[in-house]
Amino acid sequence: MRGIDGAIYEIHGMDALAARKQWMNEVHPLVKLLLTLGYIVSVVSFSRYDVIGLTGMAVYPLAGFLLAELSLREGCRRLRVVLPIVCLMGLPDLFLDRQPVLFLGLQVNAGLFSMLTLVEKGIFAVFASYLLIATTSLDKLCYALRLLHVPKVLVTQFMLTYRYITVLLEEAERMTQAYALRANGQKGIRFKVWGSLTGLLLLRGMDRAENVYEAMLLRGYEGDYGYLREKLPFRFGDILYFLFWAALITAFSIWPLLPLVGDLIGRIWI
Amino acid sequence: MHMADALVAPAVAGTMYACSAAAAAYSIKQVRLETDAKKIPVMGVMGAFVFAAQMINFAIPGTGSSGHLCGGMMLSALLGPCGGFLTMVGVLLIQCLFFADGGLLALGCNIWNMAFYGCFAANLLVWKPIMRKGISRGKIITASLAGCILALQLGAFSVVLETSASGITELPFAAFAMVMQPIHLAIGLVEGLITAAVLAFVYEARPELLARGGERAGEKGRFTFPGTLAVLGAAALVTGGLFSLAASSAPDGLEWAIEKVTGFTELEGTGEWEQSAGAIQELTAFLPDYGFQGTQSPWGTVVSGIVGALAVTVLCVGVCLLFRFFKRRKR
Repeated sequence: MRGIDGAIYEIHGMDALAARKQWMNEVHPLVKLLLTLGYIVSVVSFSRYDVIGLTGMAVYPLAGFLLAELSLREGCRRLRVVLPIVCLMGLPDLFLDRQPVLFLGLQVNAGLFSMLTLVEKGIFAVFASYLLIATTSLDKLCYALRLLHVPKVLVTQFMLTYRYITVLLEEAERMTQAYALRANGQKGIRFKVWGSLTGLLLLRGMDRAENVYEAMLLRGYEGDYGYLREKLPFRFGDILYFLFWAALITAFSIWPLLPLVGDLIGRIWI
Repeated sequence: MHMADALVAPAVAGTMYACSAAAAAYSIKQVRLETDAKKIPVMGVMGAFVFAAQMINFAIPGTGSSGHLCGGMMLSALLGPCGGFLTMVGVLLIQCLFFADGGLLALGCNIWNMAFYGCFAANLLVWKPIMRKGISRGKIITASLAGCILALQLGAFSVVLETSASGITELPFAAFAMVMQPIHLAIGLVEGLITAAVLAFVYEARPELLARGGERAGEKGRFTFPGTLAVLGAAALVTGGLFSLAASSAPDGLEWAIEKVTGFTELEGTGEWEQSAGAIQELTAFLPDYGFQGTQSPWGTVVSGIVGALAVTVLCVGVCLLFRFFKRRKR
């Protein structure tokens, strides 16, 4: 995982993206959440060897990136955690799945295709999640979760954790920086101070929790937490957006649209 | 140990979501019963603490490498198994959404593998029995080490089970397990040492935090040791049974559904509309069945795919750019 300052930067970056006045950010959060989940389920449901059919599913995240004006480079940067694991898991297929398949006139192992689909699935799922979170603020996401009847305790806890992550990350950064300045050239925290350094962070966190609770009480907290000031109604555009993507994702999951389109173009031009 | 979406089949992901949801529902009920309004904000801040603590590199003596804290075991010692579990759910959701660490679909698996074993199994099978007759520094170290090793071994084995049941890789079950278990034994040992160091420090500085353990004084835990074992055993049986249904040799979901209804994996249209559509498709098919017409060339599928992909890309990019253009003009 990245360093502490990298994580703080990433969280602020995501907040800034989600706060933009952009058309995609205005789409109802529940619509985006359901589409993301449906899309990921469709992607992982593809057969192990259907590389071409699965490639068609790139339509949703790529069109989303364009519409939301998101950087593809930033999306690819988010693959750094998932991609190595997925590649590592797919690698044995290259050697173990030896069913011969003709590809471009060459005989290759079917494992090549299963590895490629695995990588594609990993990439598309990460892109779809990024598209969701880069266009939906945490308040709106929590609102959508409540609409899905996710228990209030869980949603409030999720929201509070997120709110206090940057605060505690900054605290942790100050402590590790102070340690690093006194331990020149040393990599990581020495065994002898594992307990005291992290323990102090924990105790400071606990004290902060007490202060947070008192501050919340002063602002009228009674166990209930308002996620948004007002209800978000479903607009006609939201429904249209949902129906359009749901239909397209379903079509790409059921029919081999890419080869069919290629077919049609071939018939027209050749 | 975070699983990516690509590594799980929908059936496995759904099963694990159901198992994790059951554990979450129980935890929520218990936390609500405690009627301690302070607990939710404390859980929120503790979740943030675990997240921050995971960023700290702990140098492992004599190896030159560093270890990290996972937090499940520690949270359950401080907040109780239910509070710890819910806190870990929040942490895992944030890691998945904001840092692409673990997938949204695989979240149920990740909650089960890391939060359930770390908070429930380690706490109820190790921490509580050891601490039954009082807390001491030695007991904290023993319980932390044993609890973390147990949680990580169970979690790693679950990853192997879930991946194998999903049928996404040819990697043999035994070979995968042989790689995962020893690695996670070492990771569990390091995490156990970090957890022990932190909890021992807390015990010295604020012993009341550990004594509370997230539960009201005098209240007996609902789970007994044999009870916990029975629940875990039942969960393993149910999970194993459901996983076997989702084995890789099963046909594609849609084909399976069609086969169940019709007895065939593909449907032959007999109506007038289907016949006409079929005729049009045959007429326009430049590359029928993804091959060139009248030939068996393997290039057919590839060319179809590439041409189709290019056409769809151009169409999509064009439509999106047009959409953006008009939206901007409107603004």
